Amino acid sequence: MSATASAIAGQDALAQHILAQSTQGTIDVPAIQYSALSPIIIVFGVALAGVLIDAFAPAKARRGIQPLLAAAGFAAAFVAVVLLHTRRQVLAAGSLAIDGPTLFMEGAILAFALLAVLLVAERRLDSSGGAIVASAAITPGSPGATAQRSSAGVQTEVYPLMAFSVAGMLLFVSSNTLLIMFVALEILSLPLYLLAGLARRRRLLSQEAAMKYFLLGSFSSAFFIYGLAFIYGYAGSVNLGRIADAAGMVGANDTYLYLGMALLGVGLFFKIGAAPFHSWTPDVYQGAPTPITAFMAAGTKVAAFGALLRVFYVSFGGLRWDWRPMVWIIAILTMVVGAVLALTQRDIKRMLAYSAVAHAGFLLTGLAAANSDGLSGSLFYLVAYGFTTIAAFGLVTMVRTGDGEASDLSQWQGLGRRSPVLAGIFAFLLLALAGIPLTSGFTGKFAVFQAAVAGDATPLVVVALITSAIAAFFYVRVIVLMFFQEPGADGPIIVTRPTLTYAAVGIGAIMTLLLGVAPQPLLELAGTAATSGFVR
Amino acid sequence: MNPANYLILAGLLFTIGAVGVLLRRNAIVVFMCIELMLNAANLTLVTFSRINGTLDGQIIAFFVMVVAAAEVVIGLAIILTIFRTRRSASVDDVNLLKY
Repeated sequence: MSATASAIAGQDALAQHILAQSTQGTIDVPAIQYSALSPIIIVFGVALAGVLIDAFAPAKARRGIQPLLAAAGFAAAFVAVVLLHTRRQVLAAGSLAIDGPTLFMEGAILAFALLAVLLVAERRLDSSGGAIVASAAITPGSPGATAQRSSAGVQTEVYPLMAFSVAGMLLFVSSNTLLIMFVALEILSLPLYLLAGLARRRRLLSQEAAMKYFLLGSFSSAFFIYGLAFIYGYAGSVNLGRIADAAGMVGANDTYLYLGMALLGVGLFFKIGAAPFHSWTPDVYQGAPTPITAFMAAGTKVAAFGALLRVFYVSFGGLRWDWRPMVWIIAILTMVVGAVLALTQRDIKRMLAYSAVAHAGFLLTGLAAANSDGLSGSLFYLVAYGFTTIAAFGLVTMVRTGDGEASDLSQWQGLGRRSPVLAGIFAFLLLALAGIPLTSGFTGKFAVFQAAVAGDATPLVVVALITSAIAAFFYVRVIVLMFFQEPGADGPIIVTRPTLTYAAVGIGAIMTLLLGVAPQPLLELAGTAATSGFVR
Repeated sequence: MNPANYLILAGLLFTIGAVGVLLRRNAIVVFMCIELMLNAANLTLVTFSRINGTLDGQIIAFFVMVVAAAEVVIGLAIILTIFRTRRSASVDDVNLLKY
């Protein structure tokens, strides 16, 4: 009974440890470098202030204050990230790490959050209130429900919820222990579950999206925590660096390690929306309010990939020969499922959701490369994809019919005749998603595929190229629909001058073009971030 | 008693929870199954804490409990709004979003 013996010995050590601390009478308090944590602290502060404002400010005032506060907070946190850009250190007794990839991804998340706030704050699109419901508590179908559709009220909790979610994302990419990662995962997910249920139109779909997202999301986080438990059992610590040290040693019980790695993987692959854990993606993307979908598609993808890359590079870097085959399989499955199922979609948001799944697969080729180029390529790809997808979803909010967004593809027929500029920008964004040269999509794909070839993953790149070709088909189909078909009788209404949405779509589209034409500055930034690597 | 037995018990609880999530139709019961999975993870953590002789596992279990409590707040709110709309908490009834 060696396990029992070691357990008893362990208990003795534990008792001695506690005894030693109680006789000393003090516990060393770890020093915390608040300056290095300033982006996270600012966003948490904004979220808490937002809750207070929502509680005490009058309804009309907070409709103006909340978006300004959120935007100012994200901008301030972005400035803090820029000021920190040379920092490389482990903080708070090893629980957090500030390094190149972390700061890069924090910057990206904050930039996307800023654009998403512009989309959420847009109030000219829906007769008076914007995309967010006036009161989530009113039951759909009840007498109050029709009234609230045209009411000027907005559930302003959306801004503090977004801020909490962003804070969780920032924490998620900078966590250096699995425990903090788990807590951050929940901080980022819980507000998103609620946000998914706040659409002004099509309340039933929105509520359904919230419920599906919630049940599947907490299901996957249960896998994550169970995986964490096994890793803790194997390594005796949840610190990513210590796990890596323990994984390098011989003799410990490998079953725990592999079990833990697989279960952690399930939790993280769920968040990035990789097949076979993607089934929530289309439903949630379709049901959630479109500005929130844009925020989720860009922000969550960056955060989840950040955590995934950190866990697999730092903790399991030495085991890459064990996890690479699995990542290969998941990457191939994700690309194929995303591209093939997108072909059959009739709903524009659902199609973009499956395209998000396919893109998760392309990003996984960067992980499968398992080298520094793969890391920098993934970082660049995440930023490129984020700007494009926010602009695309932002544009979807502008194409409307009498009862909300024109989500069905048939309603997009002939958009090019009615509004050439809008249709032209959307066509450009679709080409970027397809990865046509002179768009950011091409540069991003080129960066990760090149890294994957260098990392001996050529077959994976071949599959990625084939699925890119399949994916190009459905993007081009939408372009054909917009430009070469007559507008239908129930064609879309283009709303006049939604300034904030114009701004968000414009910035997204310009970044897509810039990163395609002159990607060098950002590529260099990603390269610098990746070569300095993860600190542990 | 051999602490490995607790790991087996936790594994059984986790499996019961996971199977329950996949098979049960009532959203509240599905949610309770998820809580069962979290508690199985907690039992595993505490067992490993004893085997390894470090306190971390027990402290992590506290964090998991707090997170589970927060999840209950959000989850019940969402399930309640669905129930008020549809007069049903069955996960089979929420089927507008598909294909």
